[in-house]
This record gives sequence, C-alpha cells and structure tokens, in this order.
Amino acid sequence: MANIQEKITTFLPEAVFEEGQYPTFTVPAEKLPALARMLHDDADLQFDNLAALVGNDWGDTLGVVYYLNSVKYNHWVILKAATADRENPILYSVSDVWANANFEEREVYDFFGIRFIGHPDMRRIFLRGDWAGYPLRKDYDTSRENNRVPTESEENNDKTISLSVNADGKIETKIIDIFDKDDYIINIGPQHPATHGVMHFRTALDGEIIKKIDVHCGYIHRGIEKLWEGMTYPQTLHMTDRLDYLSACQNRHALCMCIEEAMQVEVPQRAQYIRTMMDELMRINSHLLFFSTLAMDLGSVTALCYGFREREKVLDIFDETCGARMSLNYNTIGGVMADIHPNFQRRIKELIAIMPGALKEYHNLFSNNVIARNRMIGMGNLSLDDAIRYNMTGPSGRGSGWACDVRKRNPYAVYDKVEFDEVLYTEGDSYARYMVRMKEIEQSLHILEQLVDNIPEGDFAVKMKPIIKVPEGRYFKQVEASRGAFGIYLESRGEKNPYRLKVVSPGYSLVGAIDHLVKGSKIADLITIGASLDYVVPDIDR
Amino acid sequence: MEVKANIKSMKYDDFKDNEALEKMVEELRANGTNIVVGCLDDAINWGRSNSLWPLTFATSCCGIEFMSIGAARYDMARFGFEVTRASPRQADFIMVAGTIVHKMAPVLKRLYDQMAEPKYVVAVGGCAVSGGPFKNSYHVVRGVGEILPVDVYIPGCPPRPEAILYGMMQLQRKVKVENFFGGVNRQEQKPIEESQD
Repeated sequence: MANIQEKITTFLPEAVFEEGQYPTFTVPAEKLPALARMLHDDADLQFDNLAALVGNDWGDTLGVVYYLNSVKYNHWVILKAATADRENPILYSVSDVWANANFEEREVYDFFGIRFIGHPDMRRIFLRGDWAGYPLRKDYDTSRENNRVPTESEENNDKTISLSVNADGKIETKIIDIFDKDDYIINIGPQHPATHGVMHFRTALDGEIIKKIDVHCGYIHRGIEKLWEGMTYPQTLHMTDRLDYLSACQNRHALCMCIEEAMQVEVPQRAQYIRTMMDELMRINSHLLFFSTLAMDLGSVTALCYGFREREKVLDIFDETCGARMSLNYNTIGGVMADIHPNFQRRIKELIAIMPGALKEYHNLFSNNVIARNRMIGMGNLSLDDAIRYNMTGPSGRGSGWACDVRKRNPYAVYDKVEFDEVLYTEGDSYARYMVRMKEIEQSLHILEQLVDNIPEGDFAVKMKPIIKVPEGRYFKQVEASRGAFGIYLESRGEKNPYRLKVVSPGYSLVGAIDHLVKGSKIADLITIGASLDYVVPDIDR
Repeated sequence: MEVKANIKSMKYDDFKDNEALEKMVEELRANGTNIVVGCLDDAINWGRSNSLWPLTFATSCCGIEFMSIGAARYDMARFGFEVTRASPRQADFIMVAGTIVHKMAPVLKRLYDQMAEPKYVVAVGGCAVSGGPFKNSYHVVRGVGEILPVDVYIPGCPPRPEAILYGMMQLQRKVKVENFFGGVNRQEQKPIEESQD
C-alpha cells in the first residue's frame, strides 16, 4: 500500500492522500487522464480494472469517484476528481484507458450533467434527449410538472458530440455521426422477445453482417438511486430485490453487508450460513432460468419446460422460508428476517439429489445438440484482455478465463469455509459462457451440500433499531451475484438516510461490450450472444 | 337475472367482484337481447374466451412469473392462453407485466394501438397497477391506467402465478358476457379516407 502511495505522490505531487476503506487520492481534474494511464500501465501497480465509476453531487462541487482494482495483485485505490462549476461542469474522460468507462461516463452525464473531455459519445443513455434537468443532482426538481409523461416516442438522433481541448486550451465541441451515411439501420427492441426485457439496439447492417450497435437503455429506469436518498436504511433494502430479480438475495446481501460494515455490526454465524445458502440457491435459480431462456431463444422451447421444472423446486424452498417466490425480502441489516422453515434442509437435500440427473438430461437434450453447438461455438469471441478492459465479470468473464469470482478473491459470509472450484473456460465464446453457468450449478450444489447439515444454532439476526444512522464515510462492497460482481457504493453523512447510494451492476458492463462482441457477426447471432451474456435489464437501468 | 359468465375452470360464486360483472351485464342487456344474435354472441364468445392470446410483453420481475405460468407446473395452456405472440397484431390482450416508465410509455401506447380489436389490457403487479414501490420516482408512470384502458388489475409484487391465472380467468368471464355483434366487433374506428385528388 505504501508503494501505491509513493508512486502516486511521486508522479503527481498535487494528489491529496486520504485514509479510507482503500487509499484515496483527490486529483486535479486535468491531471487525471495521465495518472490513470500511469496506474494502468505501471508494472508494479497494474490497475487494469475499473470496478466502479460513481458520479456525485457534493453540494458545492460535482465530481466522480473511481474504484480501481488490479487483477494480478488484487489491490485497490480510489481516485476522486471534482469541479466547482455547476453551470457547465467538465471533467476528463478515462474511456481510452478502461473501456467500461465509456458507458459509465455517459451515465454520469445523464444524471449529473458532467461532460467529459475526450469521450467519444457524449449523449444521454437512460433518459430521453428532451429530459429537463439532471435527476441525481441534489437541487433537481422531481415534481411531475417538470417532466410529464411523454405521449410521443422520441425521434432517433443520429448525431452525437465529443469534447476536446485544442492547442490554445479552449474546449471544442465536435459533432459526430453515429452511423455511416448509407448504413442500413434496423431497430431491435424495445419490445422484442429476444432482448430479455426492454432494451433497444439500433443495429447497422451490411447485408446480414452487423457493423455497429448503438445501445439505448432506460426503458425501465425507475430512478431507484434517487428514491434511496429519501429513504431510511431499512427501507432501502426493499429496492434491491427489484433490481436484478434473479440475484435478489445476493444484491440485498451486498447492501446489508455494506451497512453492517459501516456500523461495525457482527452478524451471527447462523445468519451467515443461511445467507450463503440462499445466495447459492438464487444462483441455481438464475442459471436454470438462463438455460431455459437461452434454449428458447435458440428455438428449443421444450427446454424451457425442463429448466422451469427444476427451478420450481428452488422456488418452493424460497416460498416456504421467505413467503415469496421472487421478491424475497429476506436479508436484513444484522442477519435475516426470519428463521428457516423446518422443511428447509430436507428440501435442499431433495434438490441436491435430483439435480445431477436433471443436468445430465439438459446436456443430452441441449448442450450436446448439434444445432445448439453450431450456433454457440465460436460466436461472440471475447479475449481475456477485453473481458478485463470492459469489466465483464461473472460467468461471462470466466468464460474467457478471467478468475474474477468475488467469492474467491475477497471472501465474505462463509465462502472461506467451504470448498468449491471456480469454473473457468478459456475459449471465450458463447458456448464457454453457457458451460460456465451449467458447471456453476454443480459447484453451487456442492457448496449447499457442505453447509446443509452444519447450520449452527443461535440467533438468526441481531436486533437493530428501526432508524439507523450510518457513520460518516464512503463504503464500497462487492458480492458475486448471479451474473457478476455486484457492487454497492454508499456515501453517508451521518444522517438517517444515505447521501448517495449507487449500484454498480454487472449487466451494465455486459451491454457496454455488446457492440464490441457482435461486430462482424450475423444478425441471427446477436440473439445467441445476447442470450449467452444473460443480462437482466432492470439491473442495468435501475 | 341470469349471468352467463360461467367458465369451466371455477365456480361462479368462488370469484370475487361478481357485482362489477353483474353491473356490466345489466348495462349491456338494458335494451334486451335479440335471440339469434344473442345465441351467436354466446357461441363466438365461448370461442374467444378460450383462445385469448397474450402479447409477449414484459418489462421486469412480473415477466418471469409470466414465463412461469407458461411452463409446465402452472401451464396456462389449460385455459387456452398458451399461444404467446411476439407481434401485437396477432395478440388479443396485452399483459403489462412490470413497471412502465416515462421512456416506455409512448412505446407501450403504440403497441396497444397496433393490436387489432377486440383487445384487452391486464395490469399485472403493483407497478402496473399504481406505480408500486416506485410511485414517487421522477421517471415512473403511476399505473398503466394513465395511458391505457385497463380491464383487469392483478395486484402483487410480483403476483403469484395463481393470482395471474385468476386474473386471466376474470378476463375470460368479462369476454364471455360481452356483446360481440354490434358491440366489440364494431369498436374500431373507420379508417380516414384520404382524398384522391
């Protein structure tokens, strides 16, 4: 850690050091790109992964917090850059260093109005082009009169802008065409059964070869991060289940852990065991749904019925213990909401008994099917470097050989007490991503097997007050959700509601890379590649 | 007065909100019913109510429960709903499963407009009913009723598959009592004739 501090202060003496969860440096905005490049390229530091980029409104300044991680050394550093100009805030882009910054910076522009010099495409991404104001600023007027429900769809705008600094130090705005002049463009979505929700891809085609994809998000943007700022901490928990509804437990686990760490609450062992088991059940649930939908997208509708047959067994376990099939609302600050149902262990054992047979059946029916293999093998190739550059965590990254499992890298709950393999494939194609998920079901069952009979006795939660005041500070916590590293960024000013609470969703990085992945593929393969990434749109849009 | 809203799957008295249906029938039958047309109506409505085809439309969590009722355990094929259509032009009703936000609202309206008459709207889940947990958000429509005429509301977050099936059976009953001839088959506006000059 001293090494990081030394290197940064030697490179940039103006950087202000600050203690925190990780070493934090406040950097003058114009110096940031050079520092970012140095941190990325330096052989001893190798910060090759931008784990989070969080826009912020600190009252008199607007700014961005960067969480950098090194894949090789697994060390972290936080950078901060801010501008005092609220009328026309401008910062510098790092999208040429880390590719996932492209979409993340567009999000910051959308919500805070900060424009980034050097960013190739400075447009809104979630909200409509005619939206008034920047919603996550503290002085934003949330009234309905400010922005009414529109009656007309938005006209497609094929122009974007990019800012640059010219030789005299002045800022120039350049207008760029998104597509070439005679591109043939078709819209896939927002209402399309194979986009897995309401995602809008504007696709430029050359014959049936994809030239470029322009992604439009926000068709299910519910403004959860703004709602959170008006809620007490226990209230904020309920939104997490509705982000990625197939990682409901893991998402909530992340937020609970973040608050618990800030409050320094010790969670009882029993709750830790139950949480881990619930996370793994959720992962099985999610991967079974992935199998079903992927098969359905490739035309095998019968496979859907097979996948759902086992998925219902998992849902039965949730149903008995949590009282719900999907929005479980189970984790709470300091433990879990209620103790497990008497049938819990028996049902898990039943699941462990039937799953190997079911998986064999899936492989016979689908994984080894010649049509499925032909459509998936070699489609949407992703190299290891690109996976890291685009921050594609989870099974999608592991399909390219990136050992990015948070459960292994930074163990939480009882993951350090159980034995399991991190499933890695090196092919990087759709089939590898598919197989990673299928093998992960086996590993999840293996984890459940080790825990099911060893749940310790004791309390399932520590009693917390209904109104919690989290100590002032900045906290960041990651868990391994069903589709990748799910991060929660919490900034508290010691009040009863969070000052800023942000979700770093794995799906957002996945769609950020889709243009890169499908370029040169046939249009029919877009469906395969999209299905193999397994993004969930409400998780992306928030 | 006899209400012919019986469906095979469930007894009439086991349903809730029968008063709403009876009131609707009373209004429809206020001027009596022609025997021939009435009998034809019954025959056609029997067919229509048992082959309601939904549009594959889902924005969030409720959509997964919609998939669950399509799969084997809940099996909506028992009621004739199994033919989910990806094109609005072939669908009989739209299940609004999930939150509708500002950016999506015009798209949803357009999908509805593209559907052929007679068409129905089922609002599934808290968000589609009233905005649900996101009611206070700057970007959420407070219930799909703001933009579309809703026939059946199914509350829940998300509703259980049983609840969705119950709501869809309510829709079946509603379809059964309608007047087809001179009623729902004539709802479509005449296309505006363009001048030929």
